[in-house]
Amino acid sequence: MAFSARSDDQIREAQPVMIWIEDLHKWYGEFHVLKAIHLTIHKGERVVICGPSGSGKSTLIRCINRLERHQRGKIVVDGIELTDDIKNIEKIRAEVGMVFQHFNLFPHLTILENLTLGPIWVRKMPRREAEDMAMAFLEKVHIADQARKFPGQLSGGQQQRVAIARSLCMKPSVMLFDEPTSALDPEMVKEVLDVMIELAEEGMTMIVVSHEMGFARSVAHRVLFMDAGQILEANTPDDFFTNPQHERTKLFLSQILH
Amino acid sequence: MTVYYENVSDIRPPVTSTGVIGWMRENLFNGVFNTILTFLCLALFVKIVPPLFRWVFIDSLWVSTSAECRNIQGACWSIITANYRFILFGFYPYELQWRPTIAVVLLVGLLLISRNRRFWKKPLLYAWIVGLFTMEILMQGGWGLRRVESDQWGGLPLTFLLAVFGLAAAYPLGVVLALGRRSKLAVIRVLSIVYIETVRGVPLVSLLFMSAVVFPLFLPEGVTINKILRAQAAIILFTAAYIAEVVRGGLQGIPKGQYEAAESLGLNYVQTMRLVVLPQALKIVIPPSVSVLISAFKDTSLVVIIALYDLLKTTQATLSNPNWMGFSSEAYFFLACIYFICCYTMARYSRRLEKELGAPQ
Amino acid sequence: MKPVSSALQESAGKPIPFWHNPARRAVVYQVAALLITASIGWYLFHNTVINLQRQSIATGFGFLEKEASFEIGESLIAYSASDPYVRALLAGLLNTIKVAAVGIALTLVIGLIIGICRLSTNWLVSRIAAAYIEVFQDIPVLLQLLFWYALFYESLPPPRMALEPLPGVFLCNRGLIFAVPESHPVYWAMLAGFLVGCVLVFVVRRWARRRQEKTGEIFPMVRVSIGILVGFPLLVWLLGGCPTGMNVPELSGFNFTGGMSVSPEFAALLLGLVLYTAAFVAEIVRAGIQAVNKGQTEAAMAIGLKPWQIMNLVILPQALRIIIPPLTSQMLNLTKNSSLAVAIGYPDFVSVTNTTINQTGQAIEGVAMIMIVYLMMSLITSLFMNWYNRKMALVER
Repeated sequence: MAFSARSDDQIREAQPVMIWIEDLHKWYGEFHVLKAIHLTIHKGERVVICGPSGSGKSTLIRCINRLERHQRGKIVVDGIELTDDIKNIEKIRAEVGMVFQHFNLFPHLTILENLTLGPIWVRKMPRREAEDMAMAFLEKVHIADQARKFPGQLSGGQQQRVAIARSLCMKPSVMLFDEPTSALDPEMVKEVLDVMIELAEEGMTMIVVSHEMGFARSVAHRVLFMDAGQILEANTPDDFFTNPQHERTKLFLSQILH
Repeated sequence: MTVYYENVSDIRPPVTSTGVIGWMRENLFNGVFNTILTFLCLALFVKIVPPLFRWVFIDSLWVSTSAECRNIQGACWSIITANYRFILFGFYPYELQWRPTIAVVLLVGLLLISRNRRFWKKPLLYAWIVGLFTMEILMQGGWGLRRVESDQWGGLPLTFLLAVFGLAAAYPLGVVLALGRRSKLAVIRVLSIVYIETVRGVPLVSLLFMSAVVFPLFLPEGVTINKILRAQAAIILFTAAYIAEVVRGGLQGIPKGQYEAAESLGLNYVQTMRLVVLPQALKIVIPPSVSVLISAFKDTSLVVIIALYDLLKTTQATLSNPNWMGFSSEAYFFLACIYFICCYTMARYSRRLEKELGAPQ
Repeated sequence: MKPVSSALQESAGKPIPFWHNPARRAVVYQVAALLITASIGWYLFHNTVINLQRQSIATGFGFLEKEASFEIGESLIAYSASDPYVRALLAGLLNTIKVAAVGIALTLVIGLIIGICRLSTNWLVSRIAAAYIEVFQDIPVLLQLLFWYALFYESLPPPRMALEPLPGVFLCNRGLIFAVPESHPVYWAMLAGFLVGCVLVFVVRRWARRRQEKTGEIFPMVRVSIGILVGFPLLVWLLGGCPTGMNVPELSGFNFTGGMSVSPEFAALLLGLVLYTAAFVAEIVRAGIQAVNKGQTEAAMAIGLKPWQIMNLVILPQALRIIIPPLTSQMLNLTKNSSLAVAIGYPDFVSVTNTTINQTGQAIEGVAMIMIVYLMMSLITSLFMNWYNRKMALVER
């Protein structure tokens, strides 16, 4: 926990705002999924969101890069407001990296091609340059030797690390993780978390939906607890785990920590 | 600048995203392009539906002579009402047509009962055997009923019989061929493959030609088989190849562990297949089998080409009657409705079944 | 009781009975299967020979050289009733190929459009496409083409009162007749121009890909390709002096002369086959695109790809693997169904063979020829399929 940046909370607060969400609401038909969400995330901040399934955690982070459309409120990412404007959406998506629960690698492309697809077609990078960069990121997630293989030939943990590298290739300023380890076999969780910790050490802004409490404790600046579409509690990991305020948080923690 | 609410749950979603308006925004007017499409579709509707409606219902005649029909703008449904007995039953003796009617009702009843999975037990099989036998008696006569030779059969009963008997008889043959194709014995495998691929590679028309003109040559002198049976044989041989492929798909879906478990219990090949593999495989392939039945049902219309009086041929015969010449649209429209209703019912059933069988039990 | 050891010895010493040896059993089964098949074959062959002798029908394909003495309604090659059967059959075969080729091209286009409509986010469009698929799949194709044929010869007026939906296009019970440009050497030059355009597009494509690899810049390939393919022939036409002479069909007596005409038989057959098969193609396209996981689109969106890039780079390459195999078999079905031409009198291969059988009585040879022709087409298709599946198989663990 040496790198933990908790002591410099003030410095962090002084950083520019990366994501600013005000009074966000979303409905599926009549069902109110997100209720009055207010959230400000600064550059370099790491936030873990937890909560029971169906509480709206995934929907919230999917709203941030417009995989879901919100009906009320404001989302501003890196100074750009999310509206129906296609250009804004594309700009934000290129800024925001996303890692999915089920990896979603492109099965018809090799690992290397998976990584270079975005840089070549969105960032308009020469192939050679894109490949060099992709190889560098593959080194970073420790699977450079698999570059010529297809996703179907890798294990779940390896695939998820490739997915992280794929997002990094876009040089994002924020990374979103949607339950990155919950589809993995237990023995593969660690290799993915290790990569995420390395990323955190480099100062990446991260929002992670996860139930990995150990990860939250060691890496997060803030832990949010969501239930029934609301953020019920937001606190530093120490306070969150040792002194939960809300009844439902206590119940949730007791269920998840046994 | 935080906003506070008494109770967040009191906030309603924006009107534009729920209810009728929300639905229309979401499904009809999402974006400029879709709005244009919606209006184009509506324009198309306005252009097509009212005239069609007029033609079918308002300007049409339902019961009249053909001469009266010549003077109207709309559809002449009289061609159906005046000839429906011939269209539905062909040359079956007029006063005996209650018999094929009962046969068809019996068949449809059996099919309807078979839809329900609760009845999928031995008694249903017996019911089918008895039912098919009764139909045979009703159609053909005997047992105190007057005999009607099969060259007088026609219309709807013939269409149904060709399809249902075709599938029923093709099934065992198809299963054998499928097993043969997956056999470890090279000769049997090759024979099965050659049969299946040959039949699937040629049009049904060529097999029907074969049944009409070549098949008689195959028989020893003095033996003749009537045309309907020969066409039925062609349909059976044709359908069997398709059933074989469907069943093979089912067999491939059975995990290897099932074979190993059966073998380790000491079951031999026949027992393994009969008791373990086929019951599972055949259940998987029921939905695609219904699709084969639909194809067979549609394909029976091809017997027109060798001049059997099925539903399509009786309609054509009616149309060649100078009185009723020129009303093809109405006649074919009526026929299309019959085929559509039958096929659509079966297709929907097949899809529902697929969902039910696919769901974990 | 015998001691165990001696019982063991006894059974070990005994030779395995012949019928308990799986290898020998296998041989017996296979020989039996072969014998049964062969004897059925021989029996049928034997009966056939006797029957043919009795009816004094000569066997063999010698009849092909004789004069056909029947006319064929339309043919791609010069044919007259005095030509031999073999030429009539060739004309029929070419007619089959013609209707199949045109039919396949049209079916692909229409099926693709309807399949995409079925996936439209516009509810109305999607429902209309669904209704089309359902209706046209569930009505026998023979009934459909009889319907279209009846519509042609029954509902359409005679040539003298022909409908003229567009100037120069006539619709009557003799078929569809339309104006075509007067033949002029420039059109051949335009065709050459088009071919040159194709080559150029190919070259530009390679260059654009190289350039993108080097500099990363994306070349607007689609727009430029269309420009080249349309522009080149247009340029040739302008340079050739803009010939505008049209060969307009004109009524003379009871029929049209000039222009190009499509017979009602061909039109009805084509319409029936295309509308029927397009419904199946649409369903295949829909299923193929829907089979690509929703997560794929989301992942592609998340790296900021544009909608057309998502379609081109992510969804289509995956969907095509699923779509192509059933699509090929639908194309084969269309070809096989073209044999229904015999019901409306379009002179395709089956129809001509049928006439030949009726005239010569050479039933076995005739049916055999039909089967061989279609089997060849199936064989070629399945060779293609095997090659494609091998090439496209996704690499998995």
